[in-house]
Amino acid sequence: MKRTARFVIFYAALFGLWTLLAELKIWPPYLFPTPWGVGQSLYAGFEDHSFWIAIAVSMRRVLIGYGISVILGMILGLGVASNKFLEQTMGGLLVSLQSLPSICWWPLALLWFGLSQNAILFVVIMGSLLSVTIAMEDGRKQMPKIYGMAGRNLGARGFPLFWYVLLPASLPYIVSGLKQGWAFAWRSLITAEMLYMSLGLGQVLMMGRDLNDMDAVIAVMLLIIAIGYIVDGLVFKGIERRLQHKWGLVPST
Amino acid sequence: MTTYAQPLVTDDHRSSVPGGADRWKLGAGPTLLPHRQLDRSGAPKVSLEEISLSYKTSSGERLLALDQIDLKVSPGEFLCIVGPSGCGKSTLLHLIAGLHHPTSGKVLVDDKVVDSPGTDRILIFQELGLFPWLKVGENVEFGMKMKGLSRAERREKTEYYLRLVHLSQFKGSYTHQLSGGMRQRVALARALATEPDVLLMDEPFAALDAQTRDLLHDELERIWAETGRTIIFVTHNVREAVRLGDRVVLLTFRPGRVKREFQIELPRPRHLEDVTVAQTAGEILGELREEINRSLEVEYHDGVKPHVVPGVEA
Repeated sequence: MKRTARFVIFYAALFGLWTLLAELKIWPPYLFPTPWGVGQSLYAGFEDHSFWIAIAVSMRRVLIGYGISVILGMILGLGVASNKFLEQTMGGLLVSLQSLPSICWWPLALLWFGLSQNAILFVVIMGSLLSVTIAMEDGRKQMPKIYGMAGRNLGARGFPLFWYVLLPASLPYIVSGLKQGWAFAWRSLITAEMLYMSLGLGQVLMMGRDLNDMDAVIAVMLLIIAIGYIVDGLVFKGIERRLQHKWGLVPST
Repeated sequence: MTTYAQPLVTDDHRSSVPGGADRWKLGAGPTLLPHRQLDRSGAPKVSLEEISLSYKTSSGERLLALDQIDLKVSPGEFLCIVGPSGCGKSTLLHLIAGLHHPTSGKVLVDDKVVDSPGTDRILIFQELGLFPWLKVGENVEFGMKMKGLSRAERREKTEYYLRLVHLSQFKGSYTHQLSGGMRQRVALARALATEPDVLLMDEPFAALDAQTRDLLHDELERIWAETGRTIIFVTHNVREAVRLGDRVVLLTFRPGRVKREFQIELPRPRHLEDVTVAQTAGEILGELREEINRSLEVEYHDGVKPHVVPGVEA
């Protein structure tokens, strides 16, 4: 109850402050959009389906890109974790590569894939692949060895050993890395979409800029935040909670 | 070899049950488990031939963990291995399970060299290694699934083995919801469900309270009598070894060698508090104490780190 009250009061205050500042008209509305202007923009965007289309296009891209990242990252991470040579060589490279913003790959992606959806996907993958790989590597190392031994002892080997034992055993250790990978994928996607006109939320945002329509810009920003929050707060939290329940773990954070 | 002669009950109920599928069925087992005479003349089930194992310590020196171990285990025998901690008895089980390889020597099961894990020998780890992401029933099913048994067959056998360890109603629970003794029984059911010829048990009851342990001793003895498995049971508790084993093998402290073997021919069922069990255990303990003293000397006076098994958590 108390939590809900705090939540409501905080957001009401934030909204009130925004309304007040807009109402004072210190800045012209094209520099400082008003809440109702943004509201109208949101309504109009959903009304003419342009936001729905943008969300659908962006979600499709991020799901494909992130999905590829997860699969590749798991294979890479397992490889690095189970091979001493790879660990000593690739391990350091992966960590140093992570400091590179994924949009730096954009010029190369354009050359390799042309001005196409694949260039965007490439940037998304480069954005989240490293997080997933590093998470998988850490998870594999943190995971108690007993599970692998027990699995082999019960006759599991090769792919079944990975699929039925190593993967589920490492899940609690990699879920935060998967979440981080998602966040990177989402950000990379929006950045790349802003650079390339091809539907998607990033492009709608840039269109607002080109038309000097700051209401639309803020409206799209709110959408981007909302989608990020829904996936992070609902999907990943749900997975974490389920894992904790299954494993009998006390919530860690 | 020392033999503790006791009046023998010659009627061997298990000899009347031929090998094959019938062995696994819950028969009308006798309430009193008669002593069985093991057939030592035939081919051994498990034989260790001059097993040695050495490994590099973190400081770079080679340490001999097991030294020239020769051991033959007859089919259906309940063999207990005792020794001070650090004698490599757990490692020995890992070698038989095929999880590690000996530096020299051979492990043979049914005259075939062991070079990888196989479902004919199932190890019950000291830490159990139950899968926390699976329910009790799914844990028991796991080995059968890996063996490629059909869903119906798996379900039927899971029911059967859960009943055998009295856990039928916990089929849908997660393992963290169970007590220590119950988890122990899940591990036992999971191991039995793959229907191995040889069951390897690594100090399975060490962490349990006395009452639970007594109960599990009875259950294990009953299951062993009913299923006719060969069991190799590692413990540091000599009384437990005498309570359960047909034979007790005493290993020396680092490197592990077979110091002495004791034939236990006390009638079954036995109990931990039986005078005969206590007497026999006392004699073995006398020999064991020498080894324990040696181990204490090394660990406390020489400042040598406790024994570390490669790839195995202590």
